[in-house]
Amino acid sequence: MNTYAALMLFQHAYDPQAPVHGAPWLWFSIIKILVVFTVLMVTIAYLTLAERKISAWIQDRHGPNRVGPRGLAQPLADGLKNIMKEETYPSAAYSPLFILAPVMSFIPALITFAVIPFAAPLPTPWGLVDMSIADLPVGFLYILAIASLGVYGIVLAGWSSNNKYALLGGLRSSAQMVSYEVSMGLAVVAVLLLSGNVSLSSIVASQVATGWYFFPLLIGFFLFLVAAFAETNRLPFDLPEAESELIAGYHTEYSSMKFSMFFIAEYSNMTTASARLTTLFFGGWAVPFWTTVDTAPWHWWKTVITLVCFMIKTGFFLFLYMWIRWTLPRFRYDQLMSVGWKVMLPIALCYLVVMAGAILALDAAGVAPSARFGDFVPTYWAILGVLNIVLAVLVFVVLDRGRLVSPASARVGPSELAELRAMATRGPAPAQGD
Amino acid sequence: MPNGFVYEFLFYLFGLTAIVSAAIFVTRRNAVAAALWLVNTMFCLAALYIMMDAQFVGAIQVLVYAGAIMVVFLFVVMLLNLGLPPSVADIKSKGARIIALVAGLAMLAELLVLARQKLPAELPWLPRETSVTTPITEPLFRTYLLPFEITSVLLLVAIVGAVVLAKRRS
Repeated sequence: MNTYAALMLFQHAYDPQAPVHGAPWLWFSIIKILVVFTVLMVTIAYLTLAERKISAWIQDRHGPNRVGPRGLAQPLADGLKNIMKEETYPSAAYSPLFILAPVMSFIPALITFAVIPFAAPLPTPWGLVDMSIADLPVGFLYILAIASLGVYGIVLAGWSSNNKYALLGGLRSSAQMVSYEVSMGLAVVAVLLLSGNVSLSSIVASQVATGWYFFPLLIGFFLFLVAAFAETNRLPFDLPEAESELIAGYHTEYSSMKFSMFFIAEYSNMTTASARLTTLFFGGWAVPFWTTVDTAPWHWWKTVITLVCFMIKTGFFLFLYMWIRWTLPRFRYDQLMSVGWKVMLPIALCYLVVMAGAILALDAAGVAPSARFGDFVPTYWAILGVLNIVLAVLVFVVLDRGRLVSPASARVGPSELAELRAMATRGPAPAQGD
Repeated sequence: MPNGFVYEFLFYLFGLTAIVSAAIFVTRRNAVAAALWLVNTMFCLAALYIMMDAQFVGAIQVLVYAGAIMVVFLFVVMLLNLGLPPSVADIKSKGARIIALVAGLAMLAELLVLARQKLPAELPWLPRETSVTTPITEPLFRTYLLPFEITSVLLLVAIVGAVVLAKRRS
């Protein structure tokens, strides 16, 4: 038998629409790991440039424009600079953990991407290749588990530096992440209630079938968004590295590439959080209003289109991160804690009870999740969405701005406040005893 | 049922790492380093659960133990020992050491007895079609619903108790 005949026989043993298995599965997995890692690292490098360009645009400046055409080679120059810089080791630092800490913040940020489905499955002669590195049956829990590990790197960096500012940064971040992790987990339980499965590919598939979850789970989406900002330590939640109070927080003592690793970890956390938001609430790789692309039989052009769609959605959330960073000021620490425990957590708990009740009621009333009103609007989706809008209005009425985040005047009595206001309008009162 | 060289290699890799990390954990003087070795043990246990196809338990192991409980531990340890290689209060008196020795020997005996127990020849394997959460949620929320809810009340009581104790001191 010649080689060609053997190859043909080999090809016919596999169905392009059936999942790939055996040795080709292993090869495809390795290729996917390499490609995803490379793309992610390049994206992160260019996110640093995007952040500076967007901040410049928001502040009406030019931003970096000297290295390469329109400053496009700036990330390269930054990388080179960080590698060439001197590495400092504080003499009083606990060196094993001091060196380990950047690695420990870097790795969890990257491995979350392993379970995120980034495009429709790709048919090959060897079978259907899933466009996620590993479609774990517990994909969703895996994301929560890995997200909860990100805090180690920051805490250990703060502790092992043996520096008061770094330690305070580390303590703040651990308190913050533990607080917001709870509401984040509770907010997405609603997603599981709707999809009925914890694997991410089936969450995407059920969003294709019944409509994207951001509308029927509007409040859950908002809670998740806020918690995602808190978990990534981005403004307005960047207290662990508040410059005005803590110099640079947990990475005060770090220089050159070790500092750069914290930086990369932050940006890869942002990318992962954006991908998570896309997958859980915005249909993952699904293209809106085009069911042909989102369903089997699969074809390579469907993979390409859905990949682009996934990138656009994730890119939007990345832009949102930067947009908010250059728009909102930082929380005060007590405000951060009270938002986490006194506002987010009770809302998440109540929301879960209400949504579970609503879904139970809809199921009891016999509304099928795939039923469509007037052949176009999914009934289930629309009813839950309207319920969410009503709830959102209620939440905003109950939590006006003065209660949501205690204003700067919260610890001042009403009479003193009136006095302060009067002072502000007519200037300071004459000092006593003069 | 997965078998073969790779499976066995990974089993011994994670098993040995878990045991070695646990041994290092109990011998460290630096509380933060000890806590991290314990985290390593937790990870290896999670890997072993996943190898037994108990993916849900594996994920929860990481989420609850490594992600939540150990972070809180670390938080407390860092607040307690702000200096470097902190002197953890060792057991110094002779009586306490004898008690620790007896307790340790009792646990060793228990382990040996357990290791000599015969396992059922064939362990029941759940069909793969069911969702990974169903084998756990079915008994938890149907068969054993009342004990499960009572446990949660117990935890609530513990939390309230902790808050009361903390308030009284200040």
